[in-house]
Amino acid sequence: MRQQFTSLEAHGFESPTTQSAFSSSISSSSATDRRLKALARHLVDASPVMDSHSQNPNDTVSPSPTSSAFHADSVFAHIVRAPEDPILGVTVAYNKDPSPVKLNLGVGAYRTEEGKPLVLNVVRQAEQQLVNDRSRVKEYLPIVGLAEYNKLSAKLILGADSPAIQENRVTTVQCLSGTGSLRVGGEFLARHYHQLTIYIPLPTWGNHPKVFTLAGLSVKTYRYYDPATRGLDFQGLLEDLGSAPSGAIVLLHACAHNPTGVDPTIQQWEQIRQLMRSKALLPFFDSAYQGFASGSLDADAQPVRMFVADGGECLVAQSYAKNMGLYGERVGALSIVCKSADVASRVESQLKLVIRPMYSSPPIHGASIVATILKDRNLYTEWTIELKAMADRIISMRQQLFDALRARGTPGDWSHIIKQIGMFTFTGLNSEQVAFMTRQYHVYMTSDGRISMAGLSSRTVPHLADAIHAAVTSFA
Amino acid sequence: MSHLIASLNDLDPLSKVLTGFDLFRHSALFINKRNNHSKLICNHRPSMTSTSTMLSLASASLTASLSVHENLKGRLKLGGGSLSFKKEKANPFINTKSFSRISMVAAIKVSRFEGVTMAPPDPILGVSEAFKADNDEKKLNLGVGAYRTEELQPYVLNVVKKAENLMVERGENKEYLPIEGLAAFNKVTAELLFGASNPVIKEQRVATVQGLSGTGSLRLAAALIERYFPGAKVLISSPTWGNHKNIFNDARVPWSEYRYYDPKTVGLDFDGMIADIKAAPEGSFVLLHGCAHNPTGIDPTPEQWEKIADVIQEKNHIPFFDVAYQGFASGSLDADAGSVRLFAARGMELLVAQSYSKNLGLYAERIGAINVVCTSADAATRVKSQLKRLARPMYSNPPIHGAKIVANVVGDPTLFNEWKAEMEMMAGRIKNVRQKLYDSLTAKDKSGKDWSFILEQIGMFSFTGLNKVQSDNMTNKWHVYMTKDGRISLAGLSLAKCEYLADAIIDSFHNVS
Repeated sequence: MRQQFTSLEAHGFESPTTQSAFSSSISSSSATDRRLKALARHLVDASPVMDSHSQNPNDTVSPSPTSSAFHADSVFAHIVRAPEDPILGVTVAYNKDPSPVKLNLGVGAYRTEEGKPLVLNVVRQAEQQLVNDRSRVKEYLPIVGLAEYNKLSAKLILGADSPAIQENRVTTVQCLSGTGSLRVGGEFLARHYHQLTIYIPLPTWGNHPKVFTLAGLSVKTYRYYDPATRGLDFQGLLEDLGSAPSGAIVLLHACAHNPTGVDPTIQQWEQIRQLMRSKALLPFFDSAYQGFASGSLDADAQPVRMFVADGGECLVAQSYAKNMGLYGERVGALSIVCKSADVASRVESQLKLVIRPMYSSPPIHGASIVATILKDRNLYTEWTIELKAMADRIISMRQQLFDALRARGTPGDWSHIIKQIGMFTFTGLNSEQVAFMTRQYHVYMTSDGRISMAGLSSRTVPHLADAIHAAVTSFA
Repeated sequence: MSHLIASLNDLDPLSKVLTGFDLFRHSALFINKRNNHSKLICNHRPSMTSTSTMLSLASASLTASLSVHENLKGRLKLGGGSLSFKKEKANPFINTKSFSRISMVAAIKVSRFEGVTMAPPDPILGVSEAFKADNDEKKLNLGVGAYRTEELQPYVLNVVKKAENLMVERGENKEYLPIEGLAAFNKVTAELLFGASNPVIKEQRVATVQGLSGTGSLRLAAALIERYFPGAKVLISSPTWGNHKNIFNDARVPWSEYRYYDPKTVGLDFDGMIADIKAAPEGSFVLLHGCAHNPTGIDPTPEQWEKIADVIQEKNHIPFFDVAYQGFASGSLDADAGSVRLFAARGMELLVAQSYSKNLGLYAERIGAINVVCTSADAATRVKSQLKRLARPMYSNPPIHGAKIVANVVGDPTLFNEWKAEMEMMAGRIKNVRQKLYDSLTAKDKSGKDWSFILEQIGMFSFTGLNKVQSDNMTNKWHVYMTKDGRISLAGLSLAKCEYLADAIIDSFHNVS
């Protein structure tokens, strides 16, 4: 779990972080020394920031000769400029582009057929209710968040009749969307679990390795995507999980794998479950697309529920960013399913110790919206309809893009576009082709070839198909 | 083994650590080595966590040896004695082929988190929980620093309600904010702190990143310190807000204390403060409360601030302000930013964490910011980019709602003026309550004790000088809920309850040791 900065050791400087951070020997080096050392690390080893999925040469970090990075008076002289986040940076670049035909297929935020962001009707209704309610206050939530919201979230992912819930074996804490839930879960495991290695699929969402590394876990990968078939490398997955040390943590995308859109079948999930339980591997589900993948909330929760049904333990990170369109409100939850109510209660108390020094307690607004919707039968039903509409639109975009490529006779098998599921398609395009599409066609996407189908419309599909066709025929 | 763990919980902290260590060392079943980040060695937190870590280490090996538990139950001597497995007959199952099959079976039966111990309640937030559970009608919650009206009700500011109505009417979208937060918010928050015409703003030398209120902003800054100033210490006041230590511990930033509160004078130990800041290694970060020091309510005078700045400059320290009460201390937003502006005016580089929890009553929205004042715009750009790199793996981007409220209120001249008036009203109520409490104490206390510190302290809190036992008496006998360090939140006190509180304080002070 070394970050780039501690490669200092390779250059003969002893990194203070390998010692106990509280040893008094640290204070013997002067502040100037430490800053010079840190500066030296940046100059000698100006390697790209830790992001195993980035192949973009623009990511290389080095101080600009014209910058006042060497301003002698600043204590921050040694801090170099970080590159933009690879995923969120796509939108930054898109915004700068003046072309009228530009297309943003970068970040996974849903767009309407008109290319506009969408706030769900049920969300607007819920917000209106909240604002009209004169008894509402803005007092601190408890550290674990809004109680009602936590209960409803657990039911949503585990099923209302889940025995784990009925037996009080689940602790659920409100967190800052999926990222926050993963981070809090990771920090908890790093402190209280005996196996500090987490296995993540290859590839996975670009932020996963950073979240878990900073949480204090050591990150390894298991094979997942097969570029040859543009599908699941199931054998590789079984082999890699099979050779993981007993007790290791395994990150699983509950549905609509990001970035590939490739999900195991139910039969394959069952095999994965059996293998993991036989090796006491600890499942950590990332559920960011419940309801968004197939259109059905229950269907998309099946893998999680299968694991919980066998009585075993697991962690689940939930996000309402996509399925309720609450992106900016940062609403999510971490559930830890334990063997017993007693364990769950102790685990919850320790989760609070992780959260309090991070941000004290979570934000109320988004959670209140979610709770309002989930507990009201009419709003809930309306939500499922709006959710299915979003999922259906995406499925239709997949079909349209596939048809458009076939119509152009674009070389290659593009059936993976309609086989993959969820918001993203892993096109199989390489970074050269991607860069070409951005330059020539103003199509913005992440350099791994991932496109967000949610950013497409019937109107823009032809342009994208043209871009892909040109990229594939220009760069074999 | 769970039997073992339950009994271990009864041991004193040191024994827990040692016996846990014994288990660790002697367990023939322990498989995994911890890396350097092991909590076994360095942990400022009560040993509960390290015990829990070690116990979970020990209990992990349990999953491979459930039968060891069966053999040892009842045979081990507990209570400080050695728990070495060496004394027991070697478990016949450990070395047999059926070992792995047992581990499969055991894995299903026992929780992986069996060794996790129950954490104690948060010393501050736990007070409100205890208060809720109390059914006595005289109960008074002076725990957490949340403003209450004279009727002791929570207060949502009128400007906040107006802003929220506007936001709903406009029907804005809920797209992700940039990692650094809402640009409009970042702009107005830096201007509020430094003044819009301040050179640091005009020269674009401030890196401002929206954070999760004060806590989240402090945490981002701590993460920046850990990464870019490895080994640098943060100096925190003694006492300080209880969560400061937790934040730096979790961020793995070493800290030490500088003298601050003088119990003899119930005032500032200024000489001690200066001496301790001077004695610290060059290039330390000095955590300063911008105004309304929490928990003491004792602030340096302007002259003292100058001297503090002098010694910080002399030692090349970096000032790190926590500004959670701008506007709440004196009632004036500008006056309360005086200390920060004094340091900035000297051309110093500094960090400032801001919170809108109290002054805009946005507690639950978690809205604040971390500001880093640099000597150049270029440095500010670079620092901001690295703050973003720390925020992304923590929560990706910050919540939008509170940021929009602040941007709408602070950025609109009409609402801003209305806010200033509400701010003065809130600060005014607290000043009145201070006066009434002082008057009640002076009238009722026949001992001649000088209670004037209540009037001299500033902000939401008063440091009463009551110790833990006396504070417990306040709660147990008088149903007055406060933190064990003797801090009371005047924001939770009404004029009507001042006399009752005075009785409680006088009783606790004189009759309880």
